[in-house]
Amino acid sequence: MRVDYYLYLSAVLFTIGAVGVLVRRNAIVVFMCVELMLNAVNLSLVTFARLNGSLDGQIIAFFVMVVAAAEVVVGLAIIMSIFRSRRSASVDDANLLKY
Amino acid sequence: MYSALHAVTYAKSTGVFDLTFLLVLFPAASAAVLLLGGRRTDRWGHLLGCAAPLASFVIGVIEFFALISRDGGQSRQLDQHLWTWVPVAGFHANVNVLLDPLSITFVLLITGVGSLIHIYSVGYMEHDPDRRRFFGELNLFVAAMLLLVLADNYLLLYVGWEGVGLASYLLIGFWSHKPSAAVAAKKAFLVNRVGDVGLSIAIMLMFATFGTFSFSGVFTAVHGPGVRSGTMLAIGLMLLLGACGKSAQAPLQSWLLDAMEGPTPVSALIHAATMVTAGVYLVARSGAIYDVSPHARLAVEIVGAVTLTMGAIIGCAHDDIKKVLAASTMSQIGYMMLAVGLGPGVYAIGIMHLLTHGFFKANMFLGAGSVMHGNNDEVNMRRYGGLRKLMPVTFVTFGFGYLAIIGIIPFSGFFSKDKIIESALDKGGATGDLFGAVAIAGAGLTAFYMTRLMIMTFFGVKRWPRDVHPHESPKIMLIPMAILAAGSLLAGYLLVLGGSLQHFLTPSVGSSIEQGAHTISPWVLSVITLAVVLGGVAAAWWLVGRKPVPAEPPTHVTLATKAARRSLLGDDINESIFMHPGAYLTRALVFFDNRGVDGMVNGLAALVGGSSARLRRTQTGFVRSYALSMLAGALAIAVSLLLVRVG
Amino acid sequence: MTTLPAHSGFPWVMVIGLLPLLGVAGILLLPKAREAEARMIALGASVVTFAASIGMAIDYKVSGKPFQFTQDYTWIKAFGAHYALGVDGIALALILMTTALTPICVLASWHDAERLSPDDEASSGRGPRLFFSLLLATETLVIGVFGSLDVFFFYVLFEAMLIPMYFLIGSFGGPRRSYAAVKFLLYSLVGGLLMLVAVIGLYVTSAHQLGHGTFDYRVLINQVHISHHEQIALFLGFFIAFAIKAPLWPFHTWLPDAASEAPTGTAVMLVGVLDKVGTFGFLRFCIPLFPYASKLFAPYILGLCVTGILYGALVAIGQKDLKRLVAYSSVSHFGFIALGVFAFTTQGGSGATLYMVNHGFSTGALFLVVGFLASRRGSRMVDDFGGVAKVAPWLGAMVLIAGLSALSLPGLSTFVSEFLVLVGTFTVHRWFAVVGIAGIVLAAVYVLWMVQRTIHGPVTRAVEGFRDLSLREAWVIGPVMLAIVFLGVNPKPLLDRINPSIQRVNVDVRHGDPLPGAAIHCVRLPTRSSAAYSSSLTLSLAAARCPTGYVEFTSHVTLTSISTGSTVK
Repeated sequence: MRVDYYLYLSAVLFTIGAVGVLVRRNAIVVFMCVELMLNAVNLSLVTFARLNGSLDGQIIAFFVMVVAAAEVVVGLAIIMSIFRSRRSASVDDANLLKY
Repeated sequence: MYSALHAVTYAKSTGVFDLTFLLVLFPAASAAVLLLGGRRTDRWGHLLGCAAPLASFVIGVIEFFALISRDGGQSRQLDQHLWTWVPVAGFHANVNVLLDPLSITFVLLITGVGSLIHIYSVGYMEHDPDRRRFFGELNLFVAAMLLLVLADNYLLLYVGWEGVGLASYLLIGFWSHKPSAAVAAKKAFLVNRVGDVGLSIAIMLMFATFGTFSFSGVFTAVHGPGVRSGTMLAIGLMLLLGACGKSAQAPLQSWLLDAMEGPTPVSALIHAATMVTAGVYLVARSGAIYDVSPHARLAVEIVGAVTLTMGAIIGCAHDDIKKVLAASTMSQIGYMMLAVGLGPGVYAIGIMHLLTHGFFKANMFLGAGSVMHGNNDEVNMRRYGGLRKLMPVTFVTFGFGYLAIIGIIPFSGFFSKDKIIESALDKGGATGDLFGAVAIAGAGLTAFYMTRLMIMTFFGVKRWPRDVHPHESPKIMLIPMAILAAGSLLAGYLLVLGGSLQHFLTPSVGSSIEQGAHTISPWVLSVITLAVVLGGVAAAWWLVGRKPVPAEPPTHVTLATKAARRSLLGDDINESIFMHPGAYLTRALVFFDNRGVDGMVNGLAALVGGSSARLRRTQTGFVRSYALSMLAGALAIAVSLLLVRVG
Repeated sequence: MTTLPAHSGFPWVMVIGLLPLLGVAGILLLPKAREAEARMIALGASVVTFAASIGMAIDYKVSGKPFQFTQDYTWIKAFGAHYALGVDGIALALILMTTALTPICVLASWHDAERLSPDDEASSGRGPRLFFSLLLATETLVIGVFGSLDVFFFYVLFEAMLIPMYFLIGSFGGPRRSYAAVKFLLYSLVGGLLMLVAVIGLYVTSAHQLGHGTFDYRVLINQVHISHHEQIALFLGFFIAFAIKAPLWPFHTWLPDAASEAPTGTAVMLVGVLDKVGTFGFLRFCIPLFPYASKLFAPYILGLCVTGILYGALVAIGQKDLKRLVAYSSVSHFGFIALGVFAFTTQGGSGATLYMVNHGFSTGALFLVVGFLASRRGSRMVDDFGGVAKVAPWLGAMVLIAGLSALSLPGLSTFVSEFLVLVGTFTVHRWFAVVGIAGIVLAAVYVLWMVQRTIHGPVTRAVEGFRDLSLREAWVIGPVMLAIVFLGVNPKPLLDRINPSIQRVNVDVRHGDPLPGAAIHCVRLPTRSSAAYSSSLTLSLAAARCPTGYVEFTSHVTLTSISTGSTVK
């Protein structure tokens, strides 16, 4: 079977995610872009698993999903509390850790 | 190996000689009680203070008679082992006390004259609130001095050597609240420390050369085959440096005049009779070393001759009675140095002058103390005058000392000083003649400044201020003075008669053989010397005695007089060569340490800090820029991996 | 494999090391309301520790094994690290000094860590509990360092020592305490890092030779032969670490800051005890492990020492702050110690070891009296004093005796050690010793000038109200003075234990002490090259005193032992 298309899709999705993280300011959108990148990687992991006929890639993809879910829980909570205190979800406003 | 002739061995002490350690222990214990006991011992402190040296004196006398009852030679040298002090491989130092003719002579001088001065001090220091501390420190001095002369090795001698330095420091600075006393004490210690460097280098040289620094070991080994003359010269010169520091000989003489800041009994005991003569003791004790090194002996002679002249000149110019006496001490020790420098056969004569000087100079210092006691502690002789009527006993006892020091027959100084002049001339050659001439001239100068002192103090009209009422001192001060005056008169006979002292000291310093024929018959020489002395007396009378003494020293004087008044510029030289450059160097190094060494470290820290501050700017706080740098990093890794794979 | 017994005798070192930790536990259990009792516990624990170390000293056999009371357990098997303890004469002397000084430090710090008020917010975390537990923890670590027989274990303790000391300086010191504490920490860490590299290097070398890497000190010195190049590199790593710790010139500038900002007890602990680890390290590691490199670098190191002696003394003369003056005097004294160590003679090494002990007491005494003065006047500046001896004679006397001990007055302990160091150096490096001797004149200058300006002279207004020594202060300074006098009069018991250990330390560098010059004869040997003879004779390894073509021999050796059979006398 051809895996090229899946990989192209994965690359496109990853690029969209990466660019999104770099250019968008809304924390929620940035967060979604991060998820997009994770899923792009998941896609390629599953693809390669299929290609190699082993389950390793799929298992790792599950791991990534679990971690991503955990990350969403923590990340969203942080974004919520920042939004509550600052009335803004822009990542540029939250620069307390600047030099 | 070494010929038995040169082997130096000491017998083990037995019987009464096992008491030798008590000589040191009594004063040391008494010092400990008085210094640690605090105010509780104030009431009886001075009594204990006097009892300790007296007890040592009694033991000294007993041991002296026990010693002379033994056969002559080696059997009169008895070594008592107390404990092993520093054992490190080949380096083995014992705490041993050696009783031999030389050390017992010093023991008797130290404890005898010392006891008298202690007794005198009871009266002299009566009104001082710290009298107990004074006696404690004086006892400490006696203990250290006894350790110095009783040690059987150079390292233990060094302990006593610095111990007397410490006692001298404490006693010069006894009235430490006076800045001048504090400075004088520090100066004395520092100048002595310079001399001590010489002594310690000498000990190290001995250890490096002979593997030992005990008297018996070194004195035996100097005759060994592997000994180089250069090494012996170095040891001799280094010992001389030590002797110069302690005995206030040129070029380390400058501390002695300042040391007169101490109470007068201290000047009498430490800075006249005993401690300052330790240098002479050291050279005489190390006779075996100087015997094999004529050049080192010459250096000792030169130091002695130079200092005896310097001291005499300085003595002519000062108006402070104690400083005149101090300068005179320097000068007289110069005589002793000259004598011990003359080498084999003359050591005993140097010691003889040391003993007679111990009597007459201590006597005169106590006399000066008595004069000061009666004159509200005034030391300027221009404020005295005509005191002989008011202080007759002081005058008479002082007069004995005066006659002794200028060497009038039959006082003790006559015997010992003439012998030195005689030995110098007998040495022969240009140096012998030169030293002889210097010694004779010195005798004339001595007569001059001592007569000047007598005239300004006891004769002429009274010059003291109205509120001063000179009075004779109490008996407790006069009796020691009288005993010392008797000593000034009699010591000469006792020591000289039949060459008794020279004979007695033979086991320690070698026999006093006459060095060939006399160049000048002793009788003629005595007449010449006496003539020069009388000339000095006459000159003093001519210059000082004929007209009233002015209240202020004349200002229009020659450059030489000005230099003499400044103690021949000793302090000026020290200041310009050592102290000013030293102070500058110190300041420069402190600056260098703060700015240079520490500055470099702090500079490094600042550099790290500064570059961190720059790097910090990259932390913009924008998530985007962090994400970008992560992306760039990931890309860089991926690209480099690819390159490695492909390339 | 090692044939050395893993355990021998009663485990004194472990017991002595753990006793202070028991004290720490006791202190930490105290409720806050009774925190002032921490000092009682600390005093008790440190006194018991001292008593135990006396027990160890009595149990120590002078002519016994090189290392006694040893314990050896595998700690981290993967890289051959052991928990190995044991003492030789050197370590014994230093542990005794440590345990003797700790109670003094505790007593000297009696009021230093007190809170100003029960709920003083500014000092919320720092109270007597913290202070005294840190002090006792330092003691444990130092004892471990001296008693450790495993290089890795030593390294861990060496670095761990910094932690309590950092907090002791940084939390309880003077106004510039955090600057001083950070400086101390950074300096030490730099040295420690270099040492870590060398420790790893040592492990790698042993792994190459033995097949399995080890940090066991006794195995390393007996069974591992390190090549010359490796010796040079590893030596430098250890040396710089110890030179910073000691501190040797020019690595000294942390000391004046740390010592002057630390409270009195801490300063005594730091300069009197902790810094000895540096000079101890020279003896324990640098020389026995790297004899070739030690010999190679010795002349340069001696140069540094002599420079340090003069430099420290000269800078001390120019100091206006009493504590900095004492600190710089220590720089000078550490120069003497290292001089003795790197002279590789028994006198030098034993003198240096004794010097370490004596310096602990002597500098301890100086810091203590300066502390007494400063606590009365509220200032450490020399110019703020004057005439103390008149107002407070006992205090004045203590200042004087402490000063005399710093200038090595004969009869006091420092004299014995200083003279031994100088003699030991003199026999092999004459001029270094002579220059070093100049240091004793400079010592007299800084001590006596300090004495003159503080306790002598007219009584200044600020000094008028000075009270004399309190009972507590007398108990602090009294034992130190006793030790100074006792070791000056009778250093033999200590020296008898130190000497054999020093001889073992130097054995690979110099076979026996140089013989006296007069015992050496120069003999011309015509048949073979003199080099061939010199190996067959017991010769002095000192600088050859004979011209080329001649050979040195001593009067104890006859030449009949030489194959030519010719007897030369």
